[in-house]
Amino acid sequence: MSQVSESTVERATGTSQMTVSDTDVAIDVIGMHKWYGDFHVLRDINLRVMRGERIVIAGPSGSGKSTLIRCVNRLEEHQEGQIIVNGTELTADLKRIDEVRREVGMVFQHFNLFPHLTILQNLTLAPIWVRGIPKAEAEATAMHYLERVKIPEQANKFPGQLSGGQQQRVAIARSLCMQPKIMLFDEPTSALDPEMVKEVLEVMINLAEDGMTMICVTHEMGFARQVANRVIFMDQGQIIEQNDPEAFFSAPQHERTKLFLSQILH
Amino acid sequence: MAVQDNIGGSAPRTSLLNDPVFRGILYQIIVGGLVVAFFYWIIVNTAQNLAAQNKTTGFDFLFRTAGFDISFTLFPWSRTSFYWQAFLAGLLNTLLVAVIGIFFATLLGFTLGIARLSSNWLIARVATVYIETIRNIPLLLQLFFWYFAVLKAMPAVRNSFELPLDVFINQRGLMVPRPLPDGEFIWVLLAIAASVIAAIAVGIWATRERTATGRYPALVVQAAKIADAVVTFLVAALAFSLLSQFVPALASSPAIAWIAALVAAVASLTRFAPYSRAVVAFAITFVILAALLRAMFAAWPPFAIDLGAAVAGLVMGWISLEGTLRRPPSEGRFPLALLILIAVGIPALVYVVTGAQLAFELPVLERFNFRGGVQLPPELVALVFGLTIYTAAFIAENVRGGIRSVNKGQTEAAQSLGLKEGDRLRLVIVPQAMRVIVPPLTSQYLNLTKNSSLGAAIGYPELVNVFTGTTLNQTGKAIEVIALTMAVYLTFSLLTSAFMNWYNGRVAMVER
Amino acid sequence: MTMEHAYVRDSMVDARQPPRGTDGPIAWLRRSLFASPSDTLLTILGMLFLLWAVPPIYNFLIGHAVMPGGTVKECRAEGAGACWAYIYARFNFFIYGFYPIDQYWRPNIVFALGAALIVPLLMPSAPFKRINAVLFFVVFPIIAFYLLNGGVFGMRYVPTEQWGGLLVTLIISLVGIICSIPIGILLALGRQSQLPIIKTLSVMFIELWRAVPLITVLFMASIMLPLFMPTGTTVDKLLRALVGVTLFSSAYLAETVRGGLQALPRGQYEAGASLGLGYWKRTYFIILPQALKHVIPGIVNNFIALFKDTSLVSIVGIFDLLNTVQSASSDINWSSPTQAVTGYVFAAAVFWVFCFAMSRYSLWMERRLDTGHKR
Ligand SMILES: Nc1ncnc2c1ncn2[C@@H]1O[C@H](COP(=O)(O)OP(=O)(O)O)[C@@H](O)[C@H]1O
Ligand SMILES: [Mg+2]
Repeated sequence: MSQVSESTVERATGTSQMTVSDTDVAIDVIGMHKWYGDFHVLRDINLRVMRGERIVIAGPSGSGKSTLIRCVNRLEEHQEGQIIVNGTELTADLKRIDEVRREVGMVFQHFNLFPHLTILQNLTLAPIWVRGIPKAEAEATAMHYLERVKIPEQANKFPGQLSGGQQQRVAIARSLCMQPKIMLFDEPTSALDPEMVKEVLEVMINLAEDGMTMICVTHEMGFARQVANRVIFMDQGQIIEQNDPEAFFSAPQHERTKLFLSQILH
Repeated sequence: MAVQDNIGGSAPRTSLLNDPVFRGILYQIIVGGLVVAFFYWIIVNTAQNLAAQNKTTGFDFLFRTAGFDISFTLFPWSRTSFYWQAFLAGLLNTLLVAVIGIFFATLLGFTLGIARLSSNWLIARVATVYIETIRNIPLLLQLFFWYFAVLKAMPAVRNSFELPLDVFINQRGLMVPRPLPDGEFIWVLLAIAASVIAAIAVGIWATRERTATGRYPALVVQAAKIADAVVTFLVAALAFSLLSQFVPALASSPAIAWIAALVAAVASLTRFAPYSRAVVAFAITFVILAALLRAMFAAWPPFAIDLGAAVAGLVMGWISLEGTLRRPPSEGRFPLALLILIAVGIPALVYVVTGAQLAFELPVLERFNFRGGVQLPPELVALVFGLTIYTAAFIAENVRGGIRSVNKGQTEAAQSLGLKEGDRLRLVIVPQAMRVIVPPLTSQYLNLTKNSSLGAAIGYPELVNVFTGTTLNQTGKAIEVIALTMAVYLTFSLLTSAFMNWYNGRVAMVER
Repeated sequence: MTMEHAYVRDSMVDARQPPRGTDGPIAWLRRSLFASPSDTLLTILGMLFLLWAVPPIYNFLIGHAVMPGGTVKECRAEGAGACWAYIYARFNFFIYGFYPIDQYWRPNIVFALGAALIVPLLMPSAPFKRINAVLFFVVFPIIAFYLLNGGVFGMRYVPTEQWGGLLVTLIISLVGIICSIPIGILLALGRQSQLPIIKTLSVMFIELWRAVPLITVLFMASIMLPLFMPTGTTVDKLLRALVGVTLFSSAYLAETVRGGLQALPRGQYEAGASLGLGYWKRTYFIILPQALKHVIPGIVNNFIALFKDTSLVSIVGIFDLLNTVQSASSDINWSSPTQAVTGYVFAAAVFWVFCFAMSRYSLWMERRLDTGHKR
């Protein structure tokens, strides 16, 4: 776990006091179940994410964290219940899936940059071919985001020439170029060497400060404390406990949560 | 076990034999000496043997008259031609088979490779069975099968099978119509070349503009709409007029087909386009399938066949409807129909305007033989067939490997960026897969070329047959002939490795 | 509406079966055959193709076929399928060629001995690998040669012209691979060597034989080999083919072995050197055992290719399996419309069984080595 510098993330002052209108809900997962063949991998998931909310999901390996966020942009399909993203319910309809994916960015554990394209081309590919943005404009946007992730000088290199931390920052920038309303992170720092974790987390914190709606699967508890509105603990495919980070870390309720925290905070 | 080797050259008073540098030189002298001695021994023996047989060496025989027949050559051949011409004839025949074989093997191989990865269980299974069967049976056996068991077992000339388009097949091979272009036809050929280039250029330009500005040029979009309508009209006209074969009511008044096609074309310009397309898709599927099934299952009742074809047609219409309803508006689409129309339409126009004529001399069966047409020898047909089928199995495996080598994460990243399936394939998957596929694909091409030498076993006059076979037999110039033959294949091989080095270097440079 | 922030699950949800329609055979059909309209169409077309292709093949091979014991009359009948009776009648010819019938016990012993030695050799868990390998690669060929050739211990001399069929196919491919393994290893080491003359010679040898088609190599061996020998020497026809096949396959094998050498981590070479072992000891005790283990699948694949390629010796007049089948197809006692096809199908089946089994073995080994490596 790496240290994250103190920063001033303005925390939403308790969503409980807000009146919820439909437009404030970014993601709504209702009674969702998923199976891989016979294997009941996600069980009765209920999760509502408000706009601007930042959620950290933690839990032991194999508990279904990745599967859950991959269901949100339909990289996996669910069998029961509803997932509504930006007011669009995810069904088998490809048109809706495309609609949702355009608005939801995703960052993977292993970056998944396109190795045959330069960094700049990685960033402009989707804006040009999905959004129909003129190349010059797409490149300007790309440079803007590369500057935000602090590697504008790498624009014309290929992914293989960059360090892991740089690649992950490029991956974040690539998602941002589509100007998504929601960002999903699936263990973005767990494939990185310790000295590179910080640079990626800084970018993520930065993003949080700008009010991006985020769901992060991560075991970086410092990051969770600092940035999250809510921490969710998953085990055996279900949400075991959720709370604001303060309470979650200081007073975990469920046995499994306690056990998990004792292991992870050594 | 004693340690013999010296730790370094610096240790004092080590025996010279233990010095690695000296030992290296010694080894090389010994091996080099042995090789030289071996070759000396061979050369001396050969010289003695040749002297004993009163034979001379040298390449002067190339300029002597060959005096034998070659059953199939790409240039006029007579018994008075020279040996070097025989060499050339064999080489050209080898290249001919290689080029045709490579073309078809690539098509079939890519299809099978993709089919083997299909999510459709049946299709994947059929492809797997094909590949596992074909690549585990010797090519020569397969060639014998095609040549002796299939083509030689065809009926005699008098009872030739008639295939569609005035093609006949019999023991002597394939009889196909001979194209007889007139003097003006050269313009049509030029137009074909020019219009294909033009179509590609328009495609590139449109894509550039699409990238640079975010949309296809207005001119292209408008032209594409018209091209869409024209293509719809042509396909519909074809489908509807063929429909009259199955629906007697239509046969009486051919005009109905044309009017219907016109309606479909006009409708394709309006918001009813998806429905117009669905109807055309239904008609063309029905027509093709009904004809195909009648040919395949002659024993089945025509009624059942028509019903089946109609069901498949409905499915196809539904697919088309689903597809077009979901498609982006035409401004956002690649103008494929326009490009096809440019490539086909301009030559057609030139053909009409210049009044060029392309007649075909059809093969006609007379009492004992065919008059007219071109005869493709069965050896050629069998060799192309065998090489294509065999090599395709290997190419399919390369293609499958190439596609599978692209990480699943690549697809997921592209999906999560919102790229549609077509764009995902075109922009992300295929470029990466091709880098893995191209090197082994090139060596499959080389293998196919080398394997074409098996044509010698079924009497196709390729290089080994004409040169290493007949020429060697007649002249007895074993060393010269075999050296020349090997030199040819060595050249092919060196060219291939040169290409691969260049390609790998380029790919490596791009990524490093 | 307000949202409850904190939440603790009180009772765990038990795993249950997926809802109907998402699992089970129906779901499988939906997913793998009828997932989308175009999938449905492909499935329909695929089924039509099978419906068209399978019944005639079935009828030819089994339905209308004339089984062993049938007569040539039945094979000549209109609409008759494969003439298995013909294969049955000529079976010995396909296996032994012209080998004298009263001497069949000799090749039979060779077959049995070979099988008994190769099976444990291919099983990774079987003991006595080293002895087994020596027996198979060195002792067995010598015994097999004297058994087949005769002229010793009162066994009748049987010239190689009389050997044929599957026997010769197996002999050529086994001798080819057995001889080409040591040559291939030496060439691979030569190509990796620092010594320029040795490296150049190895590269030239490998690239030359890999560049030319086997058929020219066989022509060369059968025509030029006698020229290269001292005047008056005669070289056995089978031996010429064996020389050609060995030269050819050792070049391919060298490349396979080189792959294994290159795959070894550099550390292994350095470790060997730092132990102070000389080149040959280093290579023999450290490098080769590891490299060879990893190229077993590759060597098996080479063997498959060689096994298929042996069919080319029929072009230089040797009676291998394909050539016996080919020449038997003009046997007028059994002449029928399906005679040739039946012969080819039989030969194809024999080749297929061998090659398919070996390719499965090679895949299996590959997987085994993969996992073994990780642990
Ligand atoms: N494609 C798949 N097919 C079958 N099982 C899978 C698949 N992907 C993941 N699983 C299983 O689902 C469970 C949850 O996986 P995942 O969501 O990746 O866990 P996490 O991200 O929390 O470590 C694991 O037990 C894993 O083995
Ligand atoms: Mg995970």
